[in-house]
Amino acid sequence: MTVKITIGAINKKAGSSKEYKTGGWRTMCPKVDLEKCISCYKCYDYCPDGAIKKIEEGIEYDLDYCKGCGICANECPVKAIVMVKEEK
Amino acid sequence: MGEQKSMTIKGNMATAMGAKLCRPNVIPAYPITPSTLFPEKMSEFVADGELDASMINVESEHSAMSACIGAAATGARVCTASASQGVALMHEMLFIASGMRLPMVMAVGNRALSAPINIWCDHQDTVASKDSGWLQFYAENNQEGLDLMINAFRIGEDKRVLLPVMVGIDAFVLTHTIEGVDVPAQEDVDDFLPPYEPPHGKLDPKEPATFGSFGTPEYYQEFKQAQVEAIEGSRDVIDEVFEEYEEMFGREYNKATPYYCDDAEIVLITMGSMTGTAREAVKKLRKEGKKVGLIKLTVFRPFPSPELKEILSGVKGVAVIDRNISPGAYGAMYSDLAAAYTNEKEKPILKNFITGLGGREIFVKNFEEMYEMTKKAVDTGNLGKPVEWINVNEDVLR
Amino acid sequence: MSFGVNGEEIMYEVRFHGRGGQGAVTAANTLADAAFREGKDVQAFPMFGVERRGAPVAAFTRIDEQPIDIKTQIYEPDVVVVLDISLLDVIDVTKGLKDDGKIILNSAKDPSEFDFDGAEVYTVDATTIAVDNGLGTETNPIVNTSILGAYSRVVGNVELESIFEAITDNVPVKIENNQQAAKDAYDNVKGV
Repeated sequence: MTVKITIGAINKKAGSSKEYKTGGWRTMCPKVDLEKCISCYKCYDYCPDGAIKKIEEGIEYDLDYCKGCGICANECPVKAIVMVKEEK
Repeated sequence: MGEQKSMTIKGNMATAMGAKLCRPNVIPAYPITPSTLFPEKMSEFVADGELDASMINVESEHSAMSACIGAAATGARVCTASASQGVALMHEMLFIASGMRLPMVMAVGNRALSAPINIWCDHQDTVASKDSGWLQFYAENNQEGLDLMINAFRIGEDKRVLLPVMVGIDAFVLTHTIEGVDVPAQEDVDDFLPPYEPPHGKLDPKEPATFGSFGTPEYYQEFKQAQVEAIEGSRDVIDEVFEEYEEMFGREYNKATPYYCDDAEIVLITMGSMTGTAREAVKKLRKEGKKVGLIKLTVFRPFPSPELKEILSGVKGVAVIDRNISPGAYGAMYSDLAAAYTNEKEKPILKNFITGLGGREIFVKNFEEMYEMTKKAVDTGNLGKPVEWINVNEDVLR
Repeated sequence: MSFGVNGEEIMYEVRFHGRGGQGAVTAANTLADAAFREGKDVQAFPMFGVERRGAPVAAFTRIDEQPIDIKTQIYEPDVVVVLDISLLDVIDVTKGLKDDGKIILNSAKDPSEFDFDGAEVYTVDATTIAVDNGLGTETNPIVNTSILGAYSRVVGNVELESIFEAITDNVPVKIENNQQAAKDAYDNVKGV
């Protein structure tokens, strides 16, 4: 791949880390039970990768970036999130 | 003589075990990639009761070197480790350690300097400190890392020297790589390295004295001359100590070590871990009938001009391979060697190659290429560019 | 590379694939230590750079009868060892593998179920072996010692006995379980 380097190593393409999908790091995958979810969004606050989106009733995951760390499941006050082994 | 124990260890572990065998009293250190394992291991040795020393956790490398200076002034045996930005942050204090004539040993995981941020290997960090008055040794492999630590304490503490010493091991290529290492027995290192007693006074409340005092224009230059005489005097001490180490432990060290240089027309000069790969290249070229040799530079400060000139006598072309660059000038080894030859009538053609910056690999084929370019300069008299860059990434546009 | 007395290349290079935290680096180090105990010269190193839990990582071992001088990383391994086959979806584990190279996979499947352009494939159910020996759990098995038993059987340049010895010094806990796991993998690797 040809790369054009810039003066002073300035990367003018802000947010380019979006192009680096880290979902492949995952061995365990979060599953949310929206029946149990109380939309407190604690998981959203704690997710270190911004891989959780708020939806009207509850949350949804962006699995392109979820590394499967399990912090969301650990923080969920109503145990609506479980980590399951990913089937590939 | 006790038996040496063979084991497989990382480069950082090799320098840590080398340091431990020297029984340091104080270890002020601040962790930084790729040297972090050194303070971790020293902490472990202390916590496990294997080493009776004070481990000082500090808030920066500047503080680490400050604490080294304070501790060394009391007559303690001191060691630390750092790399890259850490060595750069210490820069101010490095001159104070050498100016106050305080022996101590620092293991450096040789790493590139920012910007751009880079954690991989080159020699820019220690080469940027070449004028700080420290002796500088560079290891080719983990065994050398361990051995040079022990030699560094002995040489730095010699009353004819009394100067601090850096031992460089290449980032990742050595620091994080496991190799087989023979570890000397403690009692033999104790014989080789007697306890340190500073002959020039120590910081002691019972005998008050001023340390780090003012040096006015009437005297400053003479202090510096005396310091330079000490590092010049270290040349003989290094030879003596290396020889004694070889007698005791069976491993040979030289300031500059020749390989296939006797009948060589072209000689490569390298420093650090790239030497091994260069040796592979020389073996290959020799099989093809090329008259090529190699010099490994182990001691960079003091710069071994007499030894290099002796090995290079009769050689037609020299490829000086620097893993560092002084922007606007040359690589550091090249500058020093060129200066050493300035007033000589008979001298080889010197070519300066810059490569391996920021962890860029240096392959066997790159050494072959540098050989060919130097040979061509000798054969045609066309010297090419003053500084040649090797293994350039053709996919990068500037 | 190194050359033997007849100019032949005799160095052996191994690449381990795993995820950060799975012990690929320990596997590479332990294999090097085992070969070193047999009087060989060795190197073992991680992929140079940052280490991140879960991210695909590689680790490398060099083994040679002669002293190893070369200091570059490994680009054309003789054998590739995959600790976690979910990586097959993420990375090309065959990259640079020599034409007559071998691939050892941690999988319960038969080698015939995999196709890597004709490379010799061997499988061992290291996960089950590890769990049966009390090494980790089904979701987080510690397979690095099992896989070394399979390596010893498939490649044959390091004895199982040496791997047992190296485990003693390189694995912090459950030494006997790890040795038994290596033995079980040695006995049960498929494709040999």
